[in-house]
Order: sequence, then structure tokens, then C-alpha cells
Amino acid sequence: MAPRSRRHVLPGFRLSLGLTWAYVGLLVLIPLSSLFLKTFSLTWPQFWETVTAPRALAAYKLSFSASLAAALANVVFGLLVAWVLVRYRFPGRSLVESLVDLPFALPTAVAGLTLTTLFSSKGWYGQYLEAWGLKVAYTSVGVAVALTFIGLPFVVRTVQPVLEDIDVDVEEAAATLGATPWQTFTRVLFPAIVPALLSGFTLAFARALGEYGSVVFISGNMPLRTEIVPLLIVTKLEQYDYAGATAIAVVMLLASFLLLLAVNLLQRWSHRRLEARSRA
Amino acid sequence: MRCSLRLSLLVVLALTGCSKSGGESSAPSSVTLLNVSYDPTRELYADVNAAFAKHWEATHGQKVSIKQSHGGSGKQARAVIDGLDADVVTLALAYDVDMLHDKASLIPDGWQARLAHNSAPYTSTIVFVVRKGNPKGIRDWDDLIREGVSVITPNPKTSGGARWNYLAAWGHALRKPGGTEESARAFVGALFRNVPVLDSGARGATTTFAERGLGDVLIAWENEAFLLTDEVGKERFEIIVPSVSILAEPPVALVDRNVDKRGTRVVAEAYLQFLYSEEGQRLAAKHHYRPRSEAVALKHGARFPKVTLFTIDEVFGGWRKAQAAHFDDGGVFDRIYVPQAR
Repeated sequence: MAPRSRRHVLPGFRLSLGLTWAYVGLLVLIPLSSLFLKTFSLTWPQFWETVTAPRALAAYKLSFSASLAAALANVVFGLLVAWVLVRYRFPGRSLVESLVDLPFALPTAVAGLTLTTLFSSKGWYGQYLEAWGLKVAYTSVGVAVALTFIGLPFVVRTVQPVLEDIDVDVEEAAATLGATPWQTFTRVLFPAIVPALLSGFTLAFARALGEYGSVVFISGNMPLRTEIVPLLIVTKLEQYDYAGATAIAVVMLLASFLLLLAVNLLQRWSHRRLEARSRA
Repeated sequence: MRCSLRLSLLVVLALTGCSKSGGESSAPSSVTLLNVSYDPTRELYADVNAAFAKHWEATHGQKVSIKQSHGGSGKQARAVIDGLDADVVTLALAYDVDMLHDKASLIPDGWQARLAHNSAPYTSTIVFVVRKGNPKGIRDWDDLIREGVSVITPNPKTSGGARWNYLAAWGHALRKPGGTEESARAFVGALFRNVPVLDSGARGATTTFAERGLGDVLIAWENEAFLLTDEVGKERFEIIVPSVSILAEPPVALVDRNVDKRGTRVVAEAYLQFLYSEEGQRLAAKHHYRPRSEAVALKHGARFPKVTLFTIDEVFGGWRKAQAAHFDDGGVFDRIYVPQAR
């Protein structure tokens, strides 16, 4: 904290701290507080009734479970993709590298329309999946598919730099010390990438919770079955029920905040454990 | 740098000040209008704007350029309420225009009586689109609630256009011999149980029906139905006109607070009046809206088959009442989906 005792790359600790507060305050804190203020136009029983309506409960359940499933799928497959991109040289590697970023760049409505076309019962994937009895488009599975699509880059892009930093020497050293490949992975490599994996998970999860554009096309928006929370907020806005919309948003925000906080604590804990172990 | 900034500020101030004080007599040589509209009118207003600009320059010697903004009707109204500087709004339903008064006092209460025909210069109605050859034999509303008929219509909670679809169905059931609130509720409930997917907007529903091949019948605005048969394929779809339907009146309105601030009242009023002129009516008909003018309608008579049409005021007592009873949270539409009610 003593700025003068060490040289910092950025000059002016006070100035940059002030700017940080101003930036975060203007962009995040003030808009979010105005959101909270808006809900105060509801009485407590009204608020409670709005946020615990059966439709709202069904929507929270779908939004959180589909986002969780999508983020977990991305943790597994994103790690795999990052691993392959870092450790292997193969033809078409730079193509895969740029394809990974595409979900960032694509307008979400386009993504939603495309996925729905593919997964609907006459689409390329849908016709085979439905022969197996798996309906994707217009079900909660479809919601998870769309959320997986938009979340893919987050895990890949957070894990990749960490993997690049781990020298192949480390693996070789583990091998010469008699570690099996599985041991090398679980005891040497995996602990090093856990923090990055957790950040990737957090980002993908948070992104999925707020996603609207792509999901509304593939979900079918059936009340109590495939309504996501952002859709519920939009339906309230369509009735000019600003207070009701913000009430749902506030619940969503608090829940997400608590979840992200938990993940951050988990991350710090795993980081500390890693450091303790490397010192030992 | 600073000097030129100050200078440009002065220029801006001078310009805005000028447009504020200048009436039409000392009018600036050019003026811009912003028309905030809903989704399917994009092509209509592209034509209307060009025609009006020509007309205005010929009669007033002033260049006018009209910017268009399109989106869902409710979303557009909220943008205007939140400060989008619209000179005129041309939306899908009067309820959204009502909110410009209720939520922000941008317009006076009796706005709908200021222009002829309920402030709706063109109308449409709700029709059915079926697959070529009409394999399910759909002729009228009652066919939509048959077992095994799959109906595509967007979610009335998120789509203003879809509220007309819903109200058309309700009105049909209510006006049937022996129809009551109760039988109408049962009819609409049965109808929506045949709806497998509730798209968030009208275009989304059209895509679901046309591109994904879902559903046997699409409930749509007549102008959208024409677009589908004309542009996607006459050989794939046909339009079925039910015996009775609703008169869909997409209203237009001057946004008083904005035009007075911007000094554009006269030209904005003329713009809305132009929609009622013969040329405006012709363009509406060209883009598949039903014109109000008998003469223009006659020329396009074959396109617009006669249907018994009821209005929202006759059956529902206006939009505010219809919205509160049917579409607000806990309204009739929501109760269709409450599990115990099944």
C-alpha cells in the first residue's frame, strides 16, 4: 500500500485509484443503485409477490440451471480446446484459434436463429437427435445449448495463457521423478490451471445468466417451462411495469453477486493453497 | 483547440436557437424529422418519406429528411418515454401511444381524436397463413382449436402485434351466437394449448412457421401474410381469411413536447396528414395495409377481401381495458398457463 517505497509502472497511485473508483462508480455502481431505487416504488408485499410468483420461480430455476450446465460444459470442453491449441501444432490450428472467438463477435440474435435452424426437427442436427428421442429446440436443453455456444470463448481464453506459461519441462520433471501421466495431470498441471478455469467458469456463467438475444429464439418462451429470467423482465417492461421488472432484476443481481463472490473466494483459496504448496 | 471547440459550441447554439425561434415563415432551408415506428413498417415508411420529402419541397421549398427508427412497438414507446427525440410515432397499438401520455406527458390525453379514423391512416386485420393446399382444411377460427392442429402465434406478452391476434380470437368467440366471456376464455385457452412455441416477436413467429416448418397455421397481420406469400413463396403458402376478424388500427401521433422543443410542429403535422392523402393511401395499399380511402381501396379491392371486422373499442372498450384484463400480469392470458386451470 505504500506507494512511494516501490516503483510502480503507472505513476500517481492516488490519481489512478481515484479514476478507478470514478470509472467503476459511473459505469456499474450508479446504474445499479438506480435499479435498486426503482424497486422502492413497490411495497414489500408487492415486491415479494412479484419475485416469488410461480413463473418467476420457474424462470430462476431454468436460468440458473441452464447457465450452470452450460458453464460446466464449457469448463470441460474449453479446457480441452485450450490444451489442444497450446500443446499441438496441426494444420488448421489458426483457423480453430479464430473460430473460438466467433461467439464473441456474432450478434446473439444471429446465433440464436442459426442454432434454432440446426436443432429444430427439420434441421441438420435436429432430425437425427429427434430420431433418438432428444428434442433440443424449444426445450430447456435448447436454452443450455445456446448458452454453451455464447460461453465457449471465456474458458478457452482464460485458460490458454496459463497453459502457455507452463513449460513442458515441468511435465518432464514430473515424469523423471516417477509420476504417471495421470499423476502429472492431477497433481502438477491441474492445480496450476484451477484458478484460470474458475475465472473462465465464472465469466461464462455470468454471461449466460444475462443472455437474452440468442435464447429467446431457441427456447420457445413457454410460460413455466422455457421462460428465462431476462425474458420475464422484458415481458414486464412491455406492460410498462418498470418496478416489477427491476424487482426481478434485483433478485437476479443479488443471486449472481453471491454466486460470483463464492467463486471468487474459492478461487482465492485454491490460489493460496497452490502457493503454499509451491513454497513447501 | 479550445477556441475551435468554443466556436463550434456557439454554432450549435445558434443553430438550435434558430430552429427554436424560427417559425415556418423564416424556416431554415432544411429540417429533419424522426419517425419512431415498429418493425414491419420499414419499407412502407421508406417510400412514404421519399414521397413526402418531394411533396414538401415542392409546396414549401424546404428540404426535409426523415429518419426512421424501427423495433418492437413497446420497446420503441419506452425509448420515446426515456427521451428519444421522436417528432412522430407510428406504432402497432394505441396502448403504446397512450403510455406516452400516462408515463411521460409527452402528448395530451385525447391524442387519438386529433386525426381522422382514430389516428390510424391505414389498417390491417388478422388472417391465417397455411401451407399450400391447406392440408388441415383450415377455414375459420373454430378450426384452430381442433385436436392435432398446431398454431403459431407470437407471445402477446412481448409482442404488440400478437395482442391483436389474441384479441381477434377472443372477439370471434365472444360474438359467436351464445358467446360469453366464459366461452371466449375457453376458446382462447384451447387455442393457446395448440401453440407449441411462443416467439417473442411477429417476425420470429413467421420464421418459425416458414423456415422451421413448425405448425399448420400461422396467425398473422394481413400485411405480413402478404409479404410471406409474395416474397417467400406463393407456391408454399396460402392466405385464409376468416369470416370475422379484428380491425387492427396501428395509430400515428405527433409527439407534442418534442416538436415544440424542436420547432418542427408544422412539418410533422403535414407529414402525418400526408399519410391520409391519396398518395399516402396508395403507398399504404402498396405495402399491403388496408387504406382508409374508399377510392384507393377500390383499386386494390381484389387484394383485400371483405371480412366482418370489429374494433377494439366495440368489443373491449379500448386498449387500456384490454391490456389490463388480458395481458397484464395475472390477466386472462397468464391464467391460461396456470397448471391447475387445465
